[in-house]
Amino acid sequence: MNTSSRTIPDRLRSPLEQRLKSWETLLLLVAIGIFVANSLASPYFLNAWNLSDATFNFTEKAMIAFAMALLIISGEIDLSVASIIALASTAMGAAVQMGVGTPGLVLIGLGVGLLCGAFNGVLVTRFGLPSIVVTIGTMSLFRGISYIVLGDQAFRGYPASFSWFGQGYVWWVISFEFVLFAIIAVIYAVLLHKTNFGRAVYAIGNNATGAMFSGIRVQRVKFTLFLLTGLMSGIAAICLTARLGSTRPSIATGWELEIVTMVVLGGVSILGGSGTIVGVVIAAFVMGLVTFGLGLLNVPGIVMSIVIGALLIGVIALPRLWSMWRAR
Amino acid sequence: MKRRTFTKLTASLSLAAGLFGTTALAEDNMRIALVVKALGIGFFEAAAEGAEEAAQELGGVEIIYTGPTDTTAEGQIEVINSLIAQGVDAIAVSANDTDALVPTLKKAMQRGITVISWDSGVAEDGRQMHLNPSSNALIGNMIIKLAADHLPEGGDVAVLSATTTSTNQNIWIEEMNKVMGDYPGINVVATVYGDDLADKSYREATGLMQSHPDLDAIIAPTSVGIVAAAQAVVDAGKVGEVNVTGLGLPSEMAGAIENGASQSFAIWNPIDLGYSAAMIAHALASGAATAAPGSEISIGRVGTITLDETSSAAMADPFVYDASNIDQFKSIF
Repeated sequence: MNTSSRTIPDRLRSPLEQRLKSWETLLLLVAIGIFVANSLASPYFLNAWNLSDATFNFTEKAMIAFAMALLIISGEIDLSVASIIALASTAMGAAVQMGVGTPGLVLIGLGVGLLCGAFNGVLVTRFGLPSIVVTIGTMSLFRGISYIVLGDQAFRGYPASFSWFGQGYVWWVISFEFVLFAIIAVIYAVLLHKTNFGRAVYAIGNNATGAMFSGIRVQRVKFTLFLLTGLMSGIAAICLTARLGSTRPSIATGWELEIVTMVVLGGVSILGGSGTIVGVVIAAFVMGLVTFGLGLLNVPGIVMSIVIGALLIGVIALPRLWSMWRAR
Repeated sequence: MKRRTFTKLTASLSLAAGLFGTTALAEDNMRIALVVKALGIGFFEAAAEGAEEAAQELGGVEIIYTGPTDTTAEGQIEVINSLIAQGVDAIAVSANDTDALVPTLKKAMQRGITVISWDSGVAEDGRQMHLNPSSNALIGNMIIKLAADHLPEGGDVAVLSATTTSTNQNIWIEEMNKVMGDYPGINVVATVYGDDLADKSYREATGLMQSHPDLDAIIAPTSVGIVAAAQAVVDAGKVGEVNVTGLGLPSEMAGAIENGASQSFAIWNPIDLGYSAAMIAHALASGAATAAPGSEISIGRVGTITLDETSSAAMADPFVYDASNIDQFKSIF
């Protein structure tokens, strides 16, 4: 996974040309295209409140996608994120029944997320197990605990101040979740692109052995990445639980694949070693805009999944087909 | 659905070509959204059919039949958000979660959208009214009536229930006992429990026929029990002697109706349910009726409903399925 062969370019492109041909530019064009198409296709699309509502379709998933991007760049993956949401939400719901207030609930949500992330991290880094296997296991384990606790019941009765995390607005149509999404995006962009830690993540993804011999503590970096993914799942659990106002064990079912789709659509190589946070941000908007736009036309969800799948394959395959055609 | 998307596309194309004023194509129609638990389920497809029937009867109504791909609250919220954005006139939802939809549906009501729930309800502050397919009293009466209708001379009947602690079945049997006086000559000789397990229900039904050789009917108010009892009657060679009835699913009971082990049985009718939901949504959105405890709402061919103190109402008697209509419904649910 982390020993993929890389071709050395025989001619370096000018920075401007490189930027124009980059993944992010292509994705941005797609996003703009979808935005224009949506505005033309539905008279309801260009409305501040409607667009604000649409952001809820992706903000929680995108928060996890940033951490997932780092994890995938380092050559690992975490498929248990949606189950961590379920477990964290169940823990918060149980705490509500015992009379815990909003600050306590937030701490519990973050704490459970961190613990789950640490559990994944230990299994992968201490015992050297493949992360895809470990997290497929914990995907069933974490959600299984929620099902044992809740069965077909639901936890409700969250305090009104708690619901602000999922339903509150900071200013006019700008929701708390959207602000949080933006702040987290900036933090992750700085972490990945401007710090030694970020460089280490790329190095590990490109060549873990080489990174180790360069003095990077590979296992420690990977463990931190699992912790971060768990933490982000905890934050997403707080937002989603607050938005729904109740917890059922089926909460966030199937989100892990949507999050991975978002990351890959954002130009992060599934083999590790490359990708940017800007790409993931644009991919989040693309997915949010597509689902909301199709929703406005009352396109059934089954067709929507087909469109997302086609988009993913199209956006990934087109540049490769183009370069193959050019290379002839 | 296809045509609608196409209309929208043509509308947008003509808009792009500079022909303004063509977007308001269908805006004069009242738009009622029928939101179901998930698309691709026969029961809900049938409900949508009923809603379309109501739309034709009312005129000037457009039904938007929609729902998520799988039965999640998050998926339903996304669907409802896009319906709010479209400014539909009414949302009639069969909810995947009693509570999780409340914040979103409250927002819909704040923006002037009529919100009702049907089939699977939403907590009281998230909707204006809830439509139950039937009520405990109506079900209790129906199960004994089904048996009595085929016993004009009176006779002995036995009840095959689920478990001793099954809340629904116990309430229905209690309601049945209350109205026994209306069916003179009908004696309930035994009540047994098959625990909603096919094999145990089968053994209990066989036992009933052995200990009561003159038994005329078995009432099973559970979809597992009724199928097992019908099989037991066939295997005992008592088709025509013992009539199996109660509550069951048409798809599972089609065989028993065909071989005569069951004359008739009942369950809610999804077509009527969708029809009634659309009728109520229209009445509330147009202002012809108000949703408050005690108010009466007329639902076309199905009749009239009265809202109770929680603003819920029961639609009608469970619908009776027999040889005359089983073929139509067995492929639906």
